[in-house]
Amino acid sequence: MTELNSTDSNGAGSDGTALIRLSAARLAQKLAAGEVTSVEVTQAYLDRIAAVDGGPRGVHAFLHVNTEEALAVAAEVDAIRAAGGAAAAELHELAGVPIAVKDLIVTIGQPTTAGSKILEGWHSPYDATVVKRLRDAKMPILGKTNLDEFAMGSSTEHSAYGPTRNPWDLDRIPGGSGGGSAAAVAAFEAPLALGTDTGGSIRQPGAVTGTVGVKPTYGSVSRYGAIAMASSLDQIGPVSRTVLDSALLHQVIGGHDPYDSTSLPDPLEDLVAAARLGNVDGMKIGIIKELHGEGYQAGVENRFNESLELLKQAGAEIVEVSCPNFKYALGAYYLIMPSEASSNLAKFDGVRYGLRVLPKDAPLTIERVMGATRAAGFGDEVKRRIILGTYALSAGYYDAYYGSAQKVRTLIQRDFEAAFTQADVLISPTAPTTAFKLGEKLNDPLAMYLNDVATIPANMAGVPGLSLPGGLADEDGLPVGIQLLAPARQDARLYRVGAVLESLLEAKWGGPLLAQAPALATSVAGPVESLVEAQEAK
Amino acid sequence: MAAINRDDVAHLARLAHIEMSAEELDRMAGELAVIVDSVKSVSEAAGDDVPATSHPIPLTNVFREDVVGHTFTAEQSLSGAPDAYEGRFKVPAILDED
Repeated sequence: MTELNSTDSNGAGSDGTALIRLSAARLAQKLAAGEVTSVEVTQAYLDRIAAVDGGPRGVHAFLHVNTEEALAVAAEVDAIRAAGGAAAAELHELAGVPIAVKDLIVTIGQPTTAGSKILEGWHSPYDATVVKRLRDAKMPILGKTNLDEFAMGSSTEHSAYGPTRNPWDLDRIPGGSGGGSAAAVAAFEAPLALGTDTGGSIRQPGAVTGTVGVKPTYGSVSRYGAIAMASSLDQIGPVSRTVLDSALLHQVIGGHDPYDSTSLPDPLEDLVAAARLGNVDGMKIGIIKELHGEGYQAGVENRFNESLELLKQAGAEIVEVSCPNFKYALGAYYLIMPSEASSNLAKFDGVRYGLRVLPKDAPLTIERVMGATRAAGFGDEVKRRIILGTYALSAGYYDAYYGSAQKVRTLIQRDFEAAFTQADVLISPTAPTTAFKLGEKLNDPLAMYLNDVATIPANMAGVPGLSLPGGLADEDGLPVGIQLLAPARQDARLYRVGAVLESLLEAKWGGPLLAQAPALATSVAGPVESLVEAQEAK
Repeated sequence: MAAINRDDVAHLARLAHIEMSAEELDRMAGELAVIVDSVKSVSEAAGDDVPATSHPIPLTNVFREDVVGHTFTAEQSLSGAPDAYEGRFKVPAILDED
């Protein structure tokens, strides 16, 4: 890593410990005011990654650290600011604020693995549209974050490069599939991150790590360059420590993209203004009857009720709505998602990119090479979903499985439509439980799938969802997530309500929830530059 | 709906081009049987009158201007290939010898 001494202009110490705890919005202000440089901020985060990410008890949020390029972009921003004039005035609000990117999203100049052995060592020849927008805004990219292989999982334990640990308790899961992005933000290794959400992969990790995560309206953020799992469900979105920070990032990445044919042509609403507005007076907020109560941990339920009470006190009207078809959502999801995934993952065939494994014996035909490559390159969960999807799409079963699941999708959309005639925004716990122990559900796929019961309906209907910290569960002291859902194209409502609830809760806690997280032991050794390369060297 | 058994999994694995050991087939058949059983109710959820939704927010006729946009060079396209030869992807024999 480059040797650069970071000094905090706040006088908070040369290690930048105060700097890394600032929100992205606050960092942006300090950068614009010339109180701190982007190189100082970026180096402070790189130092933090070096201190807490590596080693056997490290968080392991990163698969690759992008030191040189991140510092170069930071230095460029600093030079533009120092020179002043028109170029400095035109800098984006978040210019110089660093960010981490989920390793499902392709980047020039850094490896993209999707958490899979089949893409080990692969470099994309192009940038995802969201990455291009980060570069246009001159946000230094700190590196690529860990995930369940091809985003398939709820714990990050299905990563071929080892699990990420939850900064609140290193023996617990950080959620998944975007556990790396959520843990990086929770452990102050990045102020912002990008995630992808197919059934809850941004929101559920947010819930169990005490961070904020948003799944935007389907099609409102380009998917170009996100390695596809289930194309009709996948959505890229922001990961952060505050609601306003997610709005700021959402504004950078959102909007129409001609490279994605499912991209909505609608102009993006002013999400930042919505987050700054913070007013729920007279708004109707609907509790979804089917998404709390039985099956939800008592501590989760308590924190949920507490949030409802706070919103009521702030002037919102709490109503109850029923979505009777949500009970079919999980089952329908586990037919549609694997069906689309089995098709999307057919391209990993040992021909155009990534791994090629030759069978041990003759004949050496391409079919046998594909079979050997995919056997060695894919992990168990990916194989399970490919087989399940192939089954659901096969002749004789198609109508009963895939066809029925698509009908359920219509029913879920109708449930949402009816609910949104009674409420402006819907509310539920994000996940039924707090973070479970690493390994606890690894051998029980069905138990693992149940984590996504409250997040899946939004993906099925394409509506936006936001998860924010709701406090700590009484029984285990671990973070609980509160989920807000809005009609399609009404993402601004999530930020408006989310910002109010966040400020009410923080007033109650006396500061951000993450201030209560245990301090992480910092190692002297630091991580290797790229964990992927380290694996290769073994 | 029919339950999924070991022979089904072996057939599906062949279709999906994933080699599986005997042990893997046994384990996968057991796991998939549980999952398939749990999603059974989906087929009884909706009546014949309910249309299918394939895409959450339908868009139709998405076109762009018919002009040459960004393209990859042959080198870029081949940059991640496991094997290449004279500007092409190189693959093992397509057909069996017999």
